[in-house]
Amino acid sequence: MDVFEKLKILTDAAKYDVACTSSGVNKKTAPGGIGSAAAAGICHSFAGDGRCISLLKVLMTNVCAYDCKYCVNRKSNDTPRASFTPRELAELTINFYRRNYIEGLFLSSGVLKNPDYTTEQMIEALRILREEYRFSGYIHAKAIPGTDSTLISHLGMLADRMSVNIELPSQSSLQTLAPDKSKHSILAPMGYIKNRIQENSTDIIKYRHAPKFVPAGQSTQMIIGATPDTDFQILNLTEGLYKKYKLKRVFFSAYMPVAENTLLPTIDTKPPLWREHRLYQADWLLRFYGFAANELLDQNHQSFNPYVDPKCNWALNHMEFFPMNVNRAPYSDLLRVPGIGVNSAMRIVKARRTATLNFDGLKKLGVVLKRAQYFITCGGKALEGLKITQDAVLRSLMSEKTYLENFPHQPKSEQLSLFEQPPTIQSSLTQEDILKCLTSPT
Amino acid sequence: MFDQSNLIYRYDGSFDGLLCCVFESYDQKEIPVDIVLPVSPETMLFSMKEIRTDSPKANRVLASIPKKMGIDALDFVRRAFLTCLPKKELYILLFLRLGYQHGPSVMNMLTDDVVDKLVKAVKHLDKESHLLKGFLRFSIFSNVLVGEIEPKNYVLPLMSQHFSERYPEERFLIYDKTHGMALVYQPYQSAVIPIEDLELPEPDETEQSYRELWRLFYDTIEVEGRHNPKCRMSQMPKRYWKYMTEFGSSQKTFPLKLENTTKLLIP
Repeated sequence: MDVFEKLKILTDAAKYDVACTSSGVNKKTAPGGIGSAAAAGICHSFAGDGRCISLLKVLMTNVCAYDCKYCVNRKSNDTPRASFTPRELAELTINFYRRNYIEGLFLSSGVLKNPDYTTEQMIEALRILREEYRFSGYIHAKAIPGTDSTLISHLGMLADRMSVNIELPSQSSLQTLAPDKSKHSILAPMGYIKNRIQENSTDIIKYRHAPKFVPAGQSTQMIIGATPDTDFQILNLTEGLYKKYKLKRVFFSAYMPVAENTLLPTIDTKPPLWREHRLYQADWLLRFYGFAANELLDQNHQSFNPYVDPKCNWALNHMEFFPMNVNRAPYSDLLRVPGIGVNSAMRIVKARRTATLNFDGLKKLGVVLKRAQYFITCGGKALEGLKITQDAVLRSLMSEKTYLENFPHQPKSEQLSLFEQPPTIQSSLTQEDILKCLTSPT
Repeated sequence: MFDQSNLIYRYDGSFDGLLCCVFESYDQKEIPVDIVLPVSPETMLFSMKEIRTDSPKANRVLASIPKKMGIDALDFVRRAFLTCLPKKELYILLFLRLGYQHGPSVMNMLTDDVVDKLVKAVKHLDKESHLLKGFLRFSIFSNVLVGEIEPKNYVLPLMSQHFSERYPEERFLIYDKTHGMALVYQPYQSAVIPIEDLELPEPDETEQSYRELWRLFYDTIEVEGRHNPKCRMSQMPKRYWKYMTEFGSSQKTFPLKLENTTKLLIP
């Protein structure tokens, strides 16, 4: 089998893993070597599905001893099989890297013979890259559940980031769909990696040149929609992983039916892309906006609002928090306004040192007034001419696409009435009003 | 503040030249309506004033910037000079006048029209140079890496460090077609030099096969059930596709000749 055929099979088998960033570590080239890494990450291309390509994402082999029902590489699936030799893989990586096609390598694998044997193969490929080519580019390696901790440790000294995929968000889902994996076999290596990173960070304080263990941290992936787990459960698990296991990223992957099985959604099920999108939005709120999972969802509201994003949803349920004076409010409060992001909040804080902000200025700073207008004042004044009607609020807080899909019969623009006084924000807009207009599309 | 005069400054297009315009503006207590390059046509309305580039004057202005408004402002102005913003010279002059008046806080005056214009232009420049760090494709001819780009902004100075660190032991050349300039590197020195149209040979068998492997990878990595061309286009605007190997652009029209290429690498 030539390298073209292998690359095709092993790329095809790896593409459902969504982690592909090359971020989290700044590195200079080793003497006499090749490659560096930028902490911000670099996208080298975008695939037809709109996702960033920054790493050569392939499997070492798609031969697998396991039979996870959701997985395209499961033992019982009739699919062509291939394996890279460690040297083939290293050469391919270097040749792509020299041509600036990629930032580095993302290496995962099916379980060939057993987890230890598979990991040894991966270690050999990484060893050739790091020692023979003196490659300092980015490497993300997957820890295979069930691998001996000495081997995990060895792999981690060669990689920049490691990940163990959780795949299914609950123990019961795992039991049904991935009988060869258990909560323990996944969490054990995750915990081990976390501890090694912590030990290593104290080593680095003691010995400046101590070799680094997965300097870009660890990540994981969960499949969304293959099992009945709710958004609330998934988000809580995500928060727990950031806190307890110090993960750098949690990725979500809308379930793509690749197998016919009575335990799984039918093969013609559309992947729940909007759910995946809402989870990523919420994940952002956890990591950069200071929100807690239980502020966004709770026992009584286990799913995200399909019409508005999690931050708008939170704001609508906490109108007592608003309107907020942008010339006064602390940074952490600004972050809670729909239409103000991390960047515009920082710019607001900077710009108001030299001048009092008005709505015109806010626009220059990148604030999305269309959404923010209902929640802010500039020195006690709301936006002049701000009109609060159900239709206007709806259109502003929902994306144009969602709005048209759900309310196709609304007139394109409302008619102006000369005799109607536009109500002011304090007097007319209550939490109930807006919630009502978001839930009853009439 | 002085009234805007009816003058247009003409300078030589260098950063030092622009600094001399700033000097002149203060020296003569006047603010030009525009600052143009020697190639610009004369206008009837305004009189043209030739500004000679003079190193001591330029250096006085250069030294005063970090002193009066901080090192960040100097870095900012240097970047602004690389952008494709129309009338960037005039905006830079107005920005510096603001800086001399308000000090380092000029960097926070984000709602001021002049500062806003420049901040957005610099953001565009930074974004484009960041994107090109990923989207640039090298072809390998006789062990020299050669790539071509067609950026809107003058990004080569901002890409130099990244690629020098990435390939410290290689020889490479990045040709900026828009500006007719090239970044050339060999261990361990680099330079940005003007370059004319040149021709490049056909790719050899190895080069061809890696291009094809990359296209194969690119076509295979997409999850078909999630096809989303709109998302791809907004992340990677079509004007970049022309030189990207994965879209099968034939690089036959590549205007570089290898003999000259190797000569161009600094001796």
